[in-house]
Amino acid sequence: MKTRKTIPMPVRYLINGVLLAIFLVGGTIMVNSGIVSGYYSKILMLIGINIILAVSLNVATGYLGQLPLGHAGFMAVGAYTGGIFLKAVEASKAEGPVLWVYIAAALLLSGLVAGIFGIIIGVPALRLKGDYLAIITLGFGEIIRVVLTNIDGVLGFDFTYGASGLKRIPKIASFFNVFLCVILSCMVIHMIMKSRHGRAILAIRENEIAAESCGIRITYYKVMAFTVSAFFAGVAGCLYAGYLGSLQPTTFGFMKSIEILVMVVLGGMGSMLGSVLSATVLTALPELLRTFSDYRMVVYSLVLVLMMIFKPSGLLGQYDFSLSRILEKLMNRGSAPKAQAKEGGKNE
Amino acid sequence: MSKLVEVPGGIIPERDAGKPPVLEARHIGIDFGGLTAVDDFDFVLGATEIGGLIGPNGAGKTTVFNLLTNVYQPTRGSILLNGVDTKGKSTYQINKLGIARTFQNIRLFKDLTVLDNVLIGMHNAMDYNMASSVLRLPRYWKEEKRAKEKAIELLSIFDMQDMVELNAGNLPYGAQRRLEIVRALATKPKLLLLDEPAAGMNPSETAELMENIRRIRDMFKISIMLIEHDMNLVMGICEGIAVLNYGRIIAKGTPEEIRNNPVVIEAYLGKKGV
Repeated sequence: MKTRKTIPMPVRYLINGVLLAIFLVGGTIMVNSGIVSGYYSKILMLIGINIILAVSLNVATGYLGQLPLGHAGFMAVGAYTGGIFLKAVEASKAEGPVLWVYIAAALLLSGLVAGIFGIIIGVPALRLKGDYLAIITLGFGEIIRVVLTNIDGVLGFDFTYGASGLKRIPKIASFFNVFLCVILSCMVIHMIMKSRHGRAILAIRENEIAAESCGIRITYYKVMAFTVSAFFAGVAGCLYAGYLGSLQPTTFGFMKSIEILVMVVLGGMGSMLGSVLSATVLTALPELLRTFSDYRMVVYSLVLVLMMIFKPSGLLGQYDFSLSRILEKLMNRGSAPKAQAKEGGKNE
Repeated sequence: MSKLVEVPGGIIPERDAGKPPVLEARHIGIDFGGLTAVDDFDFVLGATEIGGLIGPNGAGKTTVFNLLTNVYQPTRGSILLNGVDTKGKSTYQINKLGIARTFQNIRLFKDLTVLDNVLIGMHNAMDYNMASSVLRLPRYWKEEKRAKEKAIELLSIFDMQDMVELNAGNLPYGAQRRLEIVRALATKPKLLLLDEPAAGMNPSETAELMENIRRIRDMFKISIMLIEHDMNLVMGICEGIAVLNYGRIIAKGTPEEIRNNPVVIEAYLGKKGV
């Protein structure tokens, strides 16, 4: 075989790590110094949260090939868990390292609780396929919303504050911690997908019967992918609670699930970069075109219809961006062009 | 070609006589509703035997494969794989016990690369957990590297080592069939089930396939059972053959015996005119 210049793995990670660090630190400095106004930094944070949601739903939709419609339900679980936790520990009074511990704990707790819900829903739901799975997860999302609205009356004490909403949640979300979560979520999902576990998930999407005859535990990996998806939705929910400062059950309705699904489908199912880009565009556009935002849902529907007609695989299909791959291509220019190694390289 | 000898439950090649058989199907049968698809299927496969399963269309050959891999649970009878009863095991456990298979209608992971297809076959041969993959611990790198080398080694048996980065769905038909066999081999089977491996191949490709099947058997010291309609292939490489018609075995024996068996000729060609 011809020798071809490649970038060794540690260097790849270093390049990506440095670029991400520059992005994170640069962004934080810009936000803190006021170069990016408070209004825009708010939009940026919302973009970050939506990126996590889209990327996490992509695990269940794009990689596993199922169609869950209850992603907002997991987000709600995470949001309320995080919100209640942050209120309970009075994170607004905390400072310095203690605050960071609280934030980390809240994020982790939200993710875990949402993940547990993921397992609870996933085990029965993933026995079904296609439309049936869509309906059962849709039902779950609605149940969560209704429970959040009514649970106080049943329990007899204030817990979620029902329809009036959970208010005065410490606003812990900042550009830095939102995007740190974005990077960590993308990284963890990327690492899982480029391993034997991820390949098992892809195999299930491609052909369940063949996957099982290759010795892959179908149910186990389905539930695992679903749980990972729910975990990060929970994290995003917690950030959302810390971003908005108040939560209302109606936020997490069916439309929210659809919104996230639209991001994933539009970006290309199975492409992480696609989810990131379309989450960015679909969050920024309605905000930037404030006057136009009344027509947002019309545009959504229209874009989806056009997309399905002209490019059913989504904007990017299954393409995933890898900086190292491009660098290697440049390095190898002149020598015989050959198919490039696919591993390495992160999104974002 | 080796002679066949009698063992309890069936016949196996003479050289395997000392070793325990890899597969013993004891009177298995399955009903779908009122329809008996396979009945009283009794078959023994020696440790390095190439066995053949032939019969007219709709005779239940693929159903037998599905029974052996527990895609369907047999209604009657029992299957012993290296002496282990496979009753109640799910398909992925059967694979872990040592049966790998290919499919009549090719079932590759079409949108994934050739390499990924083989690596998925090696799923259980790689030993690292979620934590090592998320944190990229040394164990991950070691196992992935080992698996990748092994995968390319397997692909090179079929001269496919230059196709690793291609999408499996874009391969030519013959290569897809070969890839399916490589993927099955990647699961480290003791018994390989090939469902019409030569379907759609031209005579020269079939001859090559015959050679490859024999080579696989000798290299990996496994036994192979195949369903095939191409009589040249079946008669050329199979040592023991079972003929199935209407879900029942109508003849068992060496290729020579099968070729001259009047019952078999009748099943395939019909009765001789008076």
